[in-house]
Amino acid sequence: MPGLEDLYREIILDHYRSPRNRGELETPPAVRVDGFNPLCGDEIIVYIDVADDGTISDVAIGGQGCSISQSSASMMSAAIKGKTVTDARSLISAFKGLMSIHETDIGGDGSEAEMGITDDTFSIDNTDDISLGDLEALKGVVKFPVRIKCATLSWNTLTQALDEAQPV
Amino acid sequence: MSLPADIKADFPVLRQQFDGTPLIYLDSGNTSQKPQSVIDAMANYYETANANVHRGSYELAVRATAALEGARAKVAKFINAPSTSEVVFTKNATESMNLMARAWGSANLAAGDAVVISEMEHHANIVPWHMLVAETGIELRWIPVDADGQLDLTDLDRLLDGTKLLSVTAMSNVLGTLNDIPRLAAAAHDAGALMAVDASQYVPHLATDVQAMGADFVVFTGHKMLGPMGIGVLWARAEILEAMPPFLGGGEMILNVTKEGFTTAEIPWKFEAGTPMVAEAVGLGAAIDYLSELGMDNVRQHEVELTAYAMHKLTEDHGEKITIHGPVEPSARGGVLSFVYEGESGEVHPHDIAQVLDQAGVCVRAGHHCAKPLMSVLGANATSRASLYVYNDESDIDQLSASLHAADELFSF
Ligand SMILES: Cc1ncc(COP(=O)(O)O)c(C=O)c1O
Repeated sequence: MPGLEDLYREIILDHYRSPRNRGELETPPAVRVDGFNPLCGDEIIVYIDVADDGTISDVAIGGQGCSISQSSASMMSAAIKGKTVTDARSLISAFKGLMSIHETDIGGDGSEAEMGITDDTFSIDNTDDISLGDLEALKGVVKFPVRIKCATLSWNTLTQALDEAQPV
Repeated sequence: MSLPADIKADFPVLRQQFDGTPLIYLDSGNTSQKPQSVIDAMANYYETANANVHRGSYELAVRATAALEGARAKVAKFINAPSTSEVVFTKNATESMNLMARAWGSANLAAGDAVVISEMEHHANIVPWHMLVAETGIELRWIPVDADGQLDLTDLDRLLDGTKLLSVTAMSNVLGTLNDIPRLAAAAHDAGALMAVDASQYVPHLATDVQAMGADFVVFTGHKMLGPMGIGVLWARAEILEAMPPFLGGGEMILNVTKEGFTTAEIPWKFEAGTPMVAEAVGLGAAIDYLSELGMDNVRQHEVELTAYAMHKLTEDHGEKITIHGPVEPSARGGVLSFVYEGESGEVHPHDIAQVLDQAGVCVRAGHHCAKPLMSVLGANATSRASLYVYNDESDIDQLSASLHAADELFSF
């Protein structure tokens, strides 16, 4: 069984303790999307303001949830603020890549080898030029499959918000 | 009389260790563990009696049919049903509810008719009615829950006016509240409505008498009462079942089929289309034997004592930090302890609590417990829930309390 220190890394607890960009934005001009995790009832609200030049000029996070969903949302908000929508979308796929061990892949004794978790798992092929920075700290979540949905909640919500702000 | 001291030894799962930590299973409200006798009964069925039921003329098929019908008779006796033919096997409580809502509802409910449920229902006793609201325009009304986690019956008569069915849980899976079913049934009948009871959390823990409840329908699920997953029960009074149209159509549920149509089999088979879950029925029968051997009064006494111990221990160790929802009096509730934990630096989220507890081998459930309307009444998005059963003891509670300190520490900044 993986240890708690793999999950609750210091940087994660830091974002949980002092969440970045916590609050609300006025809608419109901002777009608001509510995301739910039907399994646990966690709720994330993502507000983004996209400027005419396609940059995310402001972002705010509301809602409530566990340390993993909250810190993931906080780190996400810090990572996308000031970025273009296109860059934000690349970051989303990079992050999803990091989280890409799905429950269905897990069987047998649940050991890391069995689950196919190696260092390679964390290299992101199609998005090599993207640095995940602090977000790398969340890779331990993959060892706790039920928590992956906590970590990806804000990112799925962001995808929807981007689609609404700037339809593809 | 109390339960055997070495009862844990009957449950193979509980003998396991995870990384050297013994398993402390406190999630029986979700699903219960199975005693060896249930596992053996199911294996024995496959080893000695497996054949399709009600069809073969050979000895093996006779045995299989006897196994299924024998299990039905055990269920009937366990809940004091007047007749074995009133026991319908389903997949789980959810299917039983849907059977009732669809088959009875389609024949008896029309636009403008009301169905009354309560704010403390499991989604299984909410969503089937929402579906009927959308399809047929019935009205769904709610009995409110008060601050003590009890049904607020002040407005019951008004709620029941024009109502065809009152459907309420006998015991809340979140609060542990035990509802006064005989009283509710009497009120429903006075108003000309039928009474349905979600007894999923009741039948496993308290001696059940469907006649004394005054109910017309009772729904429960095998896997929460030491039986296997994949079997549930709908009990209803014979005359109601007789008058109901079938639910699913196919084999087993017919008397005759022609190119023009079909006639249905007698109850209960009329509601059991297709090959049934015989091994699961046998497992449920063995679970009933096991519980009967323990004695349901002893089961209840054990749980009241352990609930009292848990409420005392958790409050003594954690003081103001812990808030346990539901009735404060242990004898007025079941062994379900939903709580929120206010640590040094604010609420420790139930998901995080469950994760830290898991590290110590302690299994609790975190989330909304399939009762979202109740959660919004409680003003919580999620709670942690420890739920007790026959195999739990004081040392399990001690371990729970100790690991809660660990969670508090990790999330104190
Ligand atoms: C009160 C109550 N009703 C219904 C159910 C549904 O049981 P099942 O999932 O076996 O259908 C549950 C179990 O989660 C429950 O606690």
